[in-house]
Formats: sequence, C-alpha cells, structure tokens
Amino acid sequence: MVLSDAPVTRHTLSAVDLGLGYGDRQIVENLTVDIPTGKVTVIIGANGCGKSTLLRGLARLLTPTGGTVLLDGKAISAIPSKQVAKVMGLLPQTPIAPEGITVADLVGRGRYPHQGWFRQWSADDDRAVAEALTATSTLDLADRPIEEMSGGQRQRVWIAMALAQETDLLLLDEPTTYLDLSHQLEVPDLLTDLNRQRGTTIVIVMHDLNLACRYADHLIAMRDGRISAEGTPNQVITSTSMHEVFGLRAEIITDPVSKTPTIIPIGRHHCAEEEPDVDQISVVSGEWAGETLR
Amino acid sequence: MTALLPSRRAVRDAADTIGVERVRAVRTKQHQRTVVVVVALVSFLLIMFCLALTVGDFPISVQQVWMSLTGRGTRATDFIVHELRLPRAVIGIAVGACFGLSGAIFQSMMRNPLASPDIIGITSGASAAAVIAILMLHLSGYAISAFAFGGALITALLIYLLAWKQGVAGYRLVLVGIGIAAMLGAIIDYLMTRAQIWDAQVALLWLTGSLNGASAAEMRPLLVLMIMTVPLALWAGGALAGLQLGDDAATSVGVRVERSRLFLILIGVALASIATAAAGPIGFVAFVSGPIARRLTNGTGIALVPAALVGAAVVIAADFVGQHLLAVQLPVGILTAAVGAPYLLYLLVRSNRIGHGG
Repeated sequence: MVLSDAPVTRHTLSAVDLGLGYGDRQIVENLTVDIPTGKVTVIIGANGCGKSTLLRGLARLLTPTGGTVLLDGKAISAIPSKQVAKVMGLLPQTPIAPEGITVADLVGRGRYPHQGWFRQWSADDDRAVAEALTATSTLDLADRPIEEMSGGQRQRVWIAMALAQETDLLLLDEPTTYLDLSHQLEVPDLLTDLNRQRGTTIVIVMHDLNLACRYADHLIAMRDGRISAEGTPNQVITSTSMHEVFGLRAEIITDPVSKTPTIIPIGRHHCAEEEPDVDQISVVSGEWAGETLR
Repeated sequence: MTALLPSRRAVRDAADTIGVERVRAVRTKQHQRTVVVVVALVSFLLIMFCLALTVGDFPISVQQVWMSLTGRGTRATDFIVHELRLPRAVIGIAVGACFGLSGAIFQSMMRNPLASPDIIGITSGASAAAVIAILMLHLSGYAISAFAFGGALITALLIYLLAWKQGVAGYRLVLVGIGIAAMLGAIIDYLMTRAQIWDAQVALLWLTGSLNGASAAEMRPLLVLMIMTVPLALWAGGALAGLQLGDDAATSVGVRVERSRLFLILIGVALASIATAAAGPIGFVAFVSGPIARRLTNGTGIALVPAALVGAAVVIAADFVGQHLLAVQLPVGILTAAVGAPYLLYLLVRSNRIGHGG
C-alpha cells in the first residue's frame, strides 16, 4: 500500500450523555463514549441496537436529542462543517453515485473541504486523489464511469473518496456488507494499513463478529441503544456476553490465524456434542422416573 | 544487497508519480472535453445570433448589422436591429441560459432528471399568476412579469413547505411539485374558459412562451437580474457536487446540506422566474438542457456552464425555426415542447423499466 506518512496531530472524538433518535423514536440514550485515538474501533451489536445511529451521531449526520459529541473537546455542532470535514470523514452505508460520473471525479469530491473561494483544484488535490486510488487499487479504473464498476470495485472507490479527504478520523458504516468473501478482507486490511501507517483513528460499524474481532483494537458492543461492553476483543467476546448482547448461544475459540476470539454460534441443529440442559430430559416422576431420555 | 534494490521510499515515490500523472491525465482529458463542448456551443450561439440579426422579411447583411451596432447604421437598419432583432436574440439567449441553469441546478440537487422547474410546478406558478394578472386584473407589460415572478416564488415556497419533513428529499419534492403543477393547470384552465376571447388569446400566447413581445426595454432588466443571479448559481456549484452524493456523504465532506439546498432552491427559482417573467414558460428548456449538457461533457457529473449554453442554444434555435423555417410562424414554446415532450416520455418509460424513479 502506498500511503504517505502520518499527519502528526491527533484528534479526539467522544460523546457525553448522547441521545439520538429519529422523530419520536428514541434510539440511543445517555450514551457516553471515548473513541480511542489512533486505534481501530469496531462497533458491534444486533440489528436495531443503535450502532449505525451512534456512528451517524458521532459524524454529525444526526442532531442529538440530548448531550453532545465532542471533537477535540469542543462541541462538534459549534465547529464549522468544512473544518470538521478536514478532520473527520465518513463513509455512509448507501452513498449515491451521480449518473455518468468517472471514478477520478467521484474520488475528487472528497477534496471538497480542502477547497474554497480562492483555492480551487490544485496539485495537492491530484496527489491526494492519486494516493487514494493507489491505496484502494482503483487507479486503473480512474477514467471509467462508476456505473461499470462491480459491487466490490464500487465500494473501494467510495473508500478512496473517503481517503482522498485525508482526515485523521475515519468512520465507516458497514463497509464490507455487500462484498463477497474474497473481497471482504480487502477493506479492513486497507483500513489497518491506514491506521498503522498514518495513525488514522478508525471507527467501523460491522456486522461480521469474527471479522470485527480480528481487526478491532477496541470493540464496542451495543444493546438497546446502550454500550453493554467495551474493551479488547478478548475482554468483550465471551460466551456470556454473546448471550447478553446478541441473545446468541456460542462457543468462543481462538482464531488459529489471528489469535483473536472467534465465535462459533450454536443453533438448534447440527451440534456434535448436544448440550444436556436442552437436549436431555431427566424424568423425575412416573413410569420412567430416574431415567434420562436423549 | 540493499544498495542494489531501490528503497521502499523510492518505490513509493515512483508509484506516487505514476498515480499523480494518471489522475492528472484523466482530469485533463475531461477538462479538454468540457472546453471543446463550451467552445462548440458558444460558436453555435454566435452563428445563431448572426442569423437572428440578419435573416427576416427585411434581410440585413452582417456588415450592416455591425455598422448599426457600432452606431453607424441607417434609420431603417437601426430600428430593425436595435428595436426588433437584437432584443429578441439577446432575450432568447438570456432566457434559455436561465432556464438551462435553473433546470441543471434542480436536477442535480434532487438527483432526479424529473425535478426541473417546468415539471415540478414552479413555472406553472408563474403562469397561473400571469394568467390571473391578464384575465382578472387586466394588467399588461411589466406588471405581468412581476406577477409571474411572484407566482413562481410563492409556488416554490409552497412546494418546499409541503415537501418538508425533517429536510427535503428529492422524490417527495418531485411528487408534491407534480401535484401542485396539476392544480395550477386546473386553475389556469378554469380562468381561460371564463375569459373573454381577446384576453384569452393574449394569455394563451403568454402561456405558450414566446419571444414575439421582446423589446429593448425588456432586455435591460433581464440582463441586470442575470448578472445578479448567474454568478451565485455558478458559485453554488461546489456544494452541488457534494449534494449529488446523498445527504450523508455531502455532510461528511463538509456541505451544510439543508442550508445549501435552500440556497440552491432560491437561486434555481430566481433563475426560472426571471426567465418566465421575460418570455413566458418556454416549455421543456429547463428539463432537457442539463441532461444534454451532461451527455455532451460526459463524466463530469454536473455541467452548469454547458447546461446554460445548451439552454440558450435550444431557445434561439427553436425561435429561429419557428420564425423562419416553417410554413406558419410558431411561438418558440411550441417547438421546444415538440422536442422536450418525447424526451420526457423516454425518461418515464426508461425509469419505469429500470424500476426506479429515474
């Protein structure tokens, strides 16, 4: 990967007593969180637990119903939007590609916060776009229209746009969802490069728990709009927490490749060692008393 | 050993240079294409402008036109050039540019080719107000234009308020707009059926969109208003590039979505109503200019300047055809509708097939 080295300044992102919702529906309430600077944080949780809502709140896409989001200790709502955009980028779940636009032009739109009244497109913008395209292996597609891209290519192009913004903080909402297995690791690998080479603070909302465990330095598990556990994957991912957060029976083993926790979910069928409390019925009275039925 | 291999840094720098050159090449190619399109459109406009000034019942040579424009003409050519043909050509170009720009702004902002001011009822608002002014208040001249301007603004405000629900989504605005346009159409029809025949004829001509009444007196306020609004529209193009990516992505690159959108709507409405006030609601110009310009420039996403030029070219060419090339003289609005309506059908059929709203 070709990324130029670390911007030295370190920006911090946190939320205090944050409340978020859509209309009358309150989704996140009284949530306080510090995003660890210079780390990869992954937010996990069941569908509808408020993880995407939290990300949108942190990225100022949602106006809080209570509390504040703090960027470098200052209320984010008090900082001019363009200035925030120089520090923090977000890849939304469903960005829209304008019709007929080329890859290079789309990625170039990530440079918006760096342009202004008197500062139009510059050599620095060319460099940023080239780096972003190279890092996401989309340089060869630069002059092609976005309609021709496959799902995986398109996702990489969107990430390139977020990279071109050259922010110290990068938030991504389910960036691996539409990718098949062979491409699924590309995105978190790329984000890890970015984190290690530039020190970019990364926050990802992710569905795939094993992928989350593998790539997260810091894991935030959410349930019902609250944080139910946070820490390293080893601290957060346990059989008990799986049950609490996802209502999922699971066994946790160590991933032989990454030495991180891996979740083996337990369903109702295809269990080699059936668990006694579910599958064994002890008969306590009657004709078969004292017997165990399997 | 390491001395023989290039350093990592050197490899990286080499890769960077290749990347930067590639990006620059793509940008240059796109830029060149836009320049070619702009030059071609400007040349076409110049040719049409010359034709509009020279061709007619009283043919005047280019030389005579030039003499007249530089103050050395005869009384006859001066009258025809300064009072008739020059205002008509200038107003045609100006009005077309306003419509084209307005349409491109609305379509890009709402990410929907149907969202042009002539489809979502903004020009209908101008028309209804103008018809009220003509038929009920028996006004004429400037007063009609002022009414049209006000009508467009009030209609736009109404659509915006009705479509507002924690922000304005493209699709809701288009649907509300089409509904409002239908209502205004009904009001216009009602007034027309109740009107005196002579009044109705005046109103009908206005409603078709025509440059027949173009005069030197009308030219100046139109140009002044354009000088005030067009630069603002071009300046707002940056935010437009962000808004095209969806509200979330726009916010994350630092666009203040609702504020920019409100500003763009105001500019778009101002442009459409300035044009409608000057020449009536010349149909479909706003609607077709943006897509044509985007297809010509290919790959730049938004093309405001080319859209304005296409609008101008469409109006001046349609007016020329309607005036000189057909057996009967037709107002410009009929010709633009003849071109634009099939495109609307095509768009509707296509979006129906794809299964989304365009």
